[in-house]
Amino acid sequence: MAKRIDVSGLSAYYGSTRAIDDISMTIEPRSVTAFIGPSGCGKSTFLRTLNRMHEVIPGARVEGKVLLDDENLYGANVDPVAVRRSVGMVFQRPNPFPTMSIYDNVVAGLKLAGVKKKSVLDGVVEKSLQGANLWNEVKDRLGKPGAGLSGGQQQRLCIARAIAVEPEVLLMDEPCSALDPISTLAIEDLIGELKSQFTIVIVTHNMQQAARVSDRTAFFNLAGVGQPGKLVELDDTQRIFSNPSVQATEDYISGRFG
Amino acid sequence: MSSTVTITDATPPQLAHRLTAARLPRWAPAATAAASVALGCGIGAAAGLESRVQWGLLSALLFLVVSYTVSASVEGRRQAKDRFATSLVWVSFVCAVVPLVSLTFYTVQQGIDAISPEFLTHSMKGVVATLSPDGGIYHAIIGTIEQVLLATLIAAPIGLLTAVYLVEYGRGRLAKAVTFFVDVMTGIPSVVAGLFVLSLWNIALGFQYSGFSGSLALAILMMPVVVRSTEEMLKLVPNELREASYALGVPRWKTILRIVLPTAIGGITTGVMLAVARITGETAPVMMLVFGADFINSDPFDGPQQSLPLYIWQQYSQINNDFGYQRAWGAALVLIAFVMGLNLVARGVARWRSPKGGH
Repeated sequence: MAKRIDVSGLSAYYGSTRAIDDISMTIEPRSVTAFIGPSGCGKSTFLRTLNRMHEVIPGARVEGKVLLDDENLYGANVDPVAVRRSVGMVFQRPNPFPTMSIYDNVVAGLKLAGVKKKSVLDGVVEKSLQGANLWNEVKDRLGKPGAGLSGGQQQRLCIARAIAVEPEVLLMDEPCSALDPISTLAIEDLIGELKSQFTIVIVTHNMQQAARVSDRTAFFNLAGVGQPGKLVELDDTQRIFSNPSVQATEDYISGRFG
Repeated sequence: MSSTVTITDATPPQLAHRLTAARLPRWAPAATAAASVALGCGIGAAAGLESRVQWGLLSALLFLVVSYTVSASVEGRRQAKDRFATSLVWVSFVCAVVPLVSLTFYTVQQGIDAISPEFLTHSMKGVVATLSPDGGIYHAIIGTIEQVLLATLIAAPIGLLTAVYLVEYGRGRLAKAVTFFVDVMTGIPSVVAGLFVLSLWNIALGFQYSGFSGSLALAILMMPVVVRSTEEMLKLVPNELREASYALGVPRWKTILRIVLPTAIGGITTGVMLAVARITGETAPVMMLVFGADFINSDPFDGPQQSLPLYIWQQYSQINNDFGYQRAWGAALVLIAFVMGLNLVARGVARWRSPKGGH
């Protein structure tokens, strides 16, 4: 199920502004890859190019190639909707659908894709909520509105919603930045469990978090104000945090920079 | 310890903050209001002012002045300004409510006698309006309901889709042009809308007077209101919800249909209902296009119909006729009740369908 992502020569633009420049990297399947770097360096933009969410913004466009196993996401005749079905995403702020119950939130992707069979949906709800470590907390109130949960629970609901459509890759854009340490811990544990099934990419500003949850870490930086963001290096997390090969990485993670 | 001493020494005595200050009691605003009204009426009566409006304005002015001066003398100037602003808000509120309440009250007072089962279930067919108190508004109620319903069926979907286009798809020149024309349409006087439909539909295309041609004019008046309110409601739907839906592999049209519209449906319904309430009271286009009839015509596509606002005008325009006045007030009461009922329904729907965040 989990797939490898191969990015080569990828640049992303907002109108005429180049946000990221010529990024190439390989993201291994069944592992957690963390993106770190200062604000505005293009981590989130790059993440959004991996499931073609970047182009949702008016005027935004992408150059380069993203191979999911062997298929180019930006090839001719590729349907962005199909891409997003195999590359799921969890956002910075929990965003459950406010009109829907917990149950409907989890199966929103399936229901909107036309799955109607109650027995199938029931199974998916239990499996996904258990996968997101939320089942025990909400199993007695699946019919209640999803917006009534706490922030941490909402974010796990969003993760359950994302994994319910069984993607191959799960992208997470600072999934814990709006959460307290206990909810953060719950989600970090969850990431550790999910990596056995999915390829996970997580953007984070929290370096300890990157060190805790990821197998590999990519450091992004920008040369100066108004310059596009670049990938500085991608290596095993262990190595990035102990003995990075580029001086800028060491400066950043040791706090001597930015 | 030493630092505390330094700060105390450095603070000039006049800037030292006292945390307690003289305050007016809680009943002070009410007492001020009562006193001002009494004083205002007293002065008004003594000066021989005839209009009760003048008495009221005098009281309001006194209320503002008294609350400021009393507060300034007891509590100081900053509190007095606060009291003055609060008083101003209250006075404005009363000024806004007084006409509303008195209009409703007067209509009920004048119209309640006309309301009877017969009045609500009979038309004016065979009734000589100036000589007999008989007859009713049944044909006008039927006409209003049908015309408004038809206008809504035309305007609501078009308005809704236009708003969806503007918010979800509209970019560049076309969107700007549409917005501009919607703005212009909002300002179209109802007579002009009536004339437009009259010259196009009835004269150029040769259709007869009918409820439907009235509905066309009403739809023109209704559409921009629906577009505007729906647009505002759709803009309130957070972009994050759209992105969440896209990220699940949901196509755009389905996202709009199943995520965006349901999230905004409460506000959209309210907007449509308010637009309905607005066109329900339109008289001019109805007069030109529906023509008015004394008999029951339940077919809006064939021949003249009646409608409540037109009925009111026709009855009232029979000069110095008590029977006509009576019927006009009765119909006015029914019209207000109808619009108020629609508003209550809209609020109910908005509360029922709006997203629930609570526990």
